[in-house]
Amino acid sequence: MRTPSSPPPPGPLLNVVGVSKSLGGKLLLDRVSLSLNRGELKVLIGPSGGGKSTLLQCIHFLLAPDEGDVFLDGVSAREMGKKNIRSFRQEIGMIFQDFNLFDHLSAQNNVAIALRRVKKIPKKEALERARLELRRVGLSGKEELYPAQLSGGQKQRVSIARALAMDPKIMLLDEPTSALDPELIGEVLNVIQDLSEGGMTMLMVTHQVGFASHLTEEILFMENGRITESGPPALLLGEASRSRTYEFCSKFMEISGRDPAAARPSSK
Amino acid sequence: MESWEIIRSVPYILGGGLYTILLVVGALALGFAIGLPLAALEAYGPRPLAKLLGVYVWFFRGVPILVLLFLVFFGLYSSIESFILSHFGARVSFSPFSASLLALGLASSAYQSQIFRGAILSLPRGQFKAALALGFSRPGAVLYVVLPQALRLSIPGWTNEFSILLKDSAVAYVLGTMEIMARAKILATFTYRHVAYYALAGVLYFALTFLGVRLLRYISRETRIPGLGQEI
Ligand SMILES: Nc1ncnc2c1ncn2[C@@H]1O[C@H](COP(=O)(O)OP(=O)(O)O)[C@@H](O)[C@H]1O
Ligand SMILES: [Mg+2]
Repeated sequence: MRTPSSPPPPGPLLNVVGVSKSLGGKLLLDRVSLSLNRGELKVLIGPSGGGKSTLLQCIHFLLAPDEGDVFLDGVSAREMGKKNIRSFRQEIGMIFQDFNLFDHLSAQNNVAIALRRVKKIPKKEALERARLELRRVGLSGKEELYPAQLSGGQKQRVSIARALAMDPKIMLLDEPTSALDPELIGEVLNVIQDLSEGGMTMLMVTHQVGFASHLTEEILFMENGRITESGPPALLLGEASRSRTYEFCSKFMEISGRDPAAARPSSK
Repeated sequence: MESWEIIRSVPYILGGGLYTILLVVGALALGFAIGLPLAALEAYGPRPLAKLLGVYVWFFRGVPILVLLFLVFFGLYSSIESFILSHFGARVSFSPFSASLLALGLASSAYQSQIFRGAILSLPRGQFKAALALGFSRPGAVLYVVLPQALRLSIPGWTNEFSILLKDSAVAYVLGTMEIMARAKILATFTYRHVAYYALAGVLYFALTFLGVRLLRYISRETRIPGLGQEI
């Protein structure tokens, strides 16, 4: 690993190179490549079952790819080997659709536990850090509440705080608002927007096309285990593009009655 | 006059209760120490090992506790004793009490592993995945995320196991462990007042069950996760 003082290596922060994955005899990822520069937010869109979640898990090596490799800051995940892959993972924050908070721990301890048990930070320090991270996502005063006592939006914000506390270099978000009631989506999107504007590098799977196109430079469209289209939202989501992305996204927009490129996250 | 005899024998039977408690607590502890890792390995360990552990569980679930007791005492114990005699020249003999504890503990480990396994499998796997994503090792994720929740969920099943084990512990009398049942039998044989002494033993078992179940309910209440429904 790099020491903090040395300059970051040139090239993209995250580089996914030719990743393939089969499970149960089915090819779920077919030589997927993508890269993210420091501070960039990219959005992954596509039909359900297209392999988006599988891709995020492969980037994280929660699922080891059959082929290809993932580089974070120039460091190869494959070369880390089984033993060191855990330190690789610590640098990648993962946000899940259904939050996956630890039900037996208060919000504060949800954030603190990995600091204590993985990073071996003393309890007092870990709790203090957890308090700060909860404040950062607007959850001051909720430290003592348990997941079952929180709303969906609050749970997702705790899970973001939990990931942030590990000081990740990059965040992977897998449909962070899909399990939320519509009125709770805004509070989570606001946090994500703040993070992005604060310079966090993020790869986000979402169907919030309006939000996404507002924040991202590039949309990646994924279908049948492959990234089939990519480009700036203005281009891909324009009706004239005749893209699969436009076709796919316009289905959502028909429901909400909005133009794909026009919608914005609620301002605070 | 005769009822005076019975009352005078109460402390003697109560003394047997002490052995019963030692036996049950010891066997539960042994069963816990084996059963919990067993369950964790069955649910989150490597496949081949999980299969092997399944065989262990089937064996101890399939053999009656009395048979197990004899196998331990006359089989396992005498072979260990003769091994020590022939290799070290020392004559040792293990107590019938420890044989009872071992047999009950092994049987309980199989049942407890199934209780814990059910609880572990009922937890959403996503939490395990989230723990790995945060950099936990697999054992770490089991220890800090899965088990604290699984243990809470196990309390009702465990309460059941306690009350069954308490009553199973009565078989220990066949090897001469002086627990409740053995003492009741001695008194009954000498005085011919079978009904009275066995009824006394029954009341004692009932009282121990009652106290144990109350204690476990208390623990269940105290460890309840805020916001989630009460388990018992
Ligand atoms: N363990 C598995 N074994 C076999 N197929 C799987 C497994 N996990 C997911 N899949 C399949 O992989 C495909 C892609 O799933 P996923 O990555 O979840 O897509 P998305 O997130 O884009 O909806 C789906 O068809 C799904 O059924
Ligand atoms: Mg998915």
